[in-house]
Amino acid sequence: MDFNLLWFVLVGVLFSGYAVLDGFDLGVGTLILGIKDDTERRLFYNAIGPVWDGNEVWLVTGGGALFAAFPAVYATVFSGFYLAFILLLFALIFRAVAIEFRSKEPWAWWRRWWDRGFFAGSTGAAMLIGVTMGNIVWGIPLDAKGEFAGSFLGLLHPYALLMGVTTVALFTMHGAIYLHLKTEGALQARVRTWINPLIITFIICYALTTLATLLYVPRMTLVLREQPALFAVVVLLVLAIANLPREIHRGRDWAAFLSSCVAMLLLMALFGLGMFPHMVYSIPEPAHSLTVYNAASSVKTLKIMTLIAAIGVPIVLTYTVTVYYIFRGKVQLGKDSY
Amino acid sequence: MNVEILARIQFAFTVAFHYIFPPLSIGLGLLLVMMEGMWIATGNPLYHNMARFWTKMFGLIFGLGVATGIVLEFEFGTNWATYSRFVGDIFGSALAAEGIFAFFLESGFLAILLFGWDKVGPKLHFFATCMVALGAHFSAVWIIVANSWQQTPAGSHLEIAGKAVAPGHLFETADLWQSRMVIDDFWGVVFNPSSMDRLGHSLVAAWLAGAFLVVSVGAFYLLRQRHVGFAAASLKFGLVLALVGSLLALVTGHDSAAGVAVNQPSKLAAMEGLWQTTAHASLHPFGWVDMTNHRTLGPAIPAGLSLLAGGRTDYQLTGLDDIAPDLRPPVQATFQFFHLMVAIGFSLIGLSLWGFWLWWRGRLADTEDLTTKWFLRLAVPSVLLPQLANQAGWFTAEIGRQPWIVWGYLRTSEGLSAVVRANQVLASLIGFGLIYMLLFALFVFLLNRKIQHGPEPLEESDALPENWIKQSRA
Repeated sequence: MDFNLLWFVLVGVLFSGYAVLDGFDLGVGTLILGIKDDTERRLFYNAIGPVWDGNEVWLVTGGGALFAAFPAVYATVFSGFYLAFILLLFALIFRAVAIEFRSKEPWAWWRRWWDRGFFAGSTGAAMLIGVTMGNIVWGIPLDAKGEFAGSFLGLLHPYALLMGVTTVALFTMHGAIYLHLKTEGALQARVRTWINPLIITFIICYALTTLATLLYVPRMTLVLREQPALFAVVVLLVLAIANLPREIHRGRDWAAFLSSCVAMLLLMALFGLGMFPHMVYSIPEPAHSLTVYNAASSVKTLKIMTLIAAIGVPIVLTYTVTVYYIFRGKVQLGKDSY
Repeated sequence: MNVEILARIQFAFTVAFHYIFPPLSIGLGLLLVMMEGMWIATGNPLYHNMARFWTKMFGLIFGLGVATGIVLEFEFGTNWATYSRFVGDIFGSALAAEGIFAFFLESGFLAILLFGWDKVGPKLHFFATCMVALGAHFSAVWIIVANSWQQTPAGSHLEIAGKAVAPGHLFETADLWQSRMVIDDFWGVVFNPSSMDRLGHSLVAAWLAGAFLVVSVGAFYLLRQRHVGFAAASLKFGLVLALVGSLLALVTGHDSAAGVAVNQPSKLAAMEGLWQTTAHASLHPFGWVDMTNHRTLGPAIPAGLSLLAGGRTDYQLTGLDDIAPDLRPPVQATFQFFHLMVAIGFSLIGLSLWGFWLWWRGRLADTEDLTTKWFLRLAVPSVLLPQLANQAGWFTAEIGRQPWIVWGYLRTSEGLSAVVRANQVLASLIGFGLIYMLLFALFVFLLNRKIQHGPEPLEESDALPENWIKQSRA
């Protein structure tokens, strides 16, 4: 069995889990300034209240798994994208403390500022994650030792920025669909009016990104040309996105949310298929690229990690599902709420 | 300033700030288990009231721990990329295991602990509390295993360009980029020579952080004659953990130091300011290291250090003079931080014993009594002592590890990111400085507001969730 391939998939699964789960948290943050009423804003916060923290753990564990399985990728990307990742940290810190502190005091100015922090942190984090993805797809300059050989400003090219905007659009759409699931009455009706414009925005961004990828990064589509059966992923993705307005229209909130989750998982699957076996593609010198083989830990470590994952992941999934089940249904404000 | 100094300051600052919170979560988590367990056992609503108040504090502390913790996982890669490549095969698995076994457990059940009072029954809620406390302890396990492996590497070997090298051989600087540590034996890594001693010591020290927070707030209420029943009961819970923790800290601390004497002689010599190699090393309870004349000033207990480190008065210990100057850690800092930690440790034992004596005499909550009053006055600021000791202990451990980042294999100066420049680190350091100062001010402000607000009045009819009342009557 090829443990390198397995860990490429598992790291991908962890980051996909992060995108699907924290994606809606970040989307809620982007939408928070869209409503003005304090009680309604609190409903937004409490819609993600019990789960946002666990959702962020997918990022932490994904980072740990990347460190363990592909140390060279972790080291090159994190040091190469230094300022971008420091900004991502600042964004995540602000978002976390905004959620934590915001409703602890009743003053209007206090809440207003934390709402702004929550918006900026969430939107900024989504943007930076997108820009990072954009650079990974596009390729970055690496030297013969596998070290990043570019500059911070060089990371902010149009394709990466387009991917950043697309990610914000995706997370915002996902967040709105989640809020539609968790709210009721007039607030839900309001959220519903946002969903179609957000879906259309995302589709426009996604179409542009796809076009740019086909034109400028054709290697991402090689795998689909070589194995046409994989085109099914693209078909399913389009169907999942097209299904969103339909489920919202029929009032099937859960189906809409699941459809959105599936769409995000398929997007990540396409990303992984296009990249494999590369993890960091080097331009202009592809021979310096980091792959699942030259950047990996020893097979022994990958085997140990596989055992850890085999024990840990089922347990994690069990209580993740349990927690979501306990906090199912429409969000209500109580005395333990944020 | 050069990039090495800046990167070290940034890591030290961010990890020290983060480390205010996890020990509180570990200690307070254990106390929440004790409080809620007492409620389940006795049905006395006082304990339920306590659990709810302290859970709110726990939520605030935990939130800051999460927000500042993710920074550290990123910093290994951003600032210490060469180190990350070198140790990823071993260090990375420990971090990943921490995520899977500890963080998911903590954060998943935290939702039930904080927001689930009305959603689940008392038994399931208590189970969630236990799991959060367990998760907090697990997170300490994996990170301390990883750190201890840096101190005393085991279960692994050095590999250069894909080939194992014989023990004792190091890489040439030019080969560093293709050198790495590779795992041989997972359990050898987990149970490396220092991990269990250091884990035990760190965990009981973390209990003390939680225990003295509860002691401090309880004492504050008693002095002000507010929430008296609640305060006295909180104080007693805190004191139990404080006494157990401070005595165990002494035992585990002794074991750790004895281990350091064997595994990291240069660190022990710096901790104790020992210059000459001798079989009758003396012990300085406090003092000052005279760096120019290679001696340590202050009162000395003859052969005391040999006795403590080796169990006999003629146990030979290596002095700093027999260690190459470029392999010595900064001596003064290691010595002073270590002695600060030990001094605080003993004063915490004293404070706990004093509290127990007052409790035994039935005078713990009697604020008319002058002794009690003085005890309570000292107990209020005592919350700072374990915090200081925890920081001082880690400063001892990490400064004493210098110049190594992985003991005997990789120097700290070699572990830096090759592509990161000093001005970038300076910018991020200033950013972290400003943000963390703001966070700290807000944390103290909100914590104080919660303490001033106090617990909910016991008489309130909704002290228990409705479905809990039904169950406790049934």
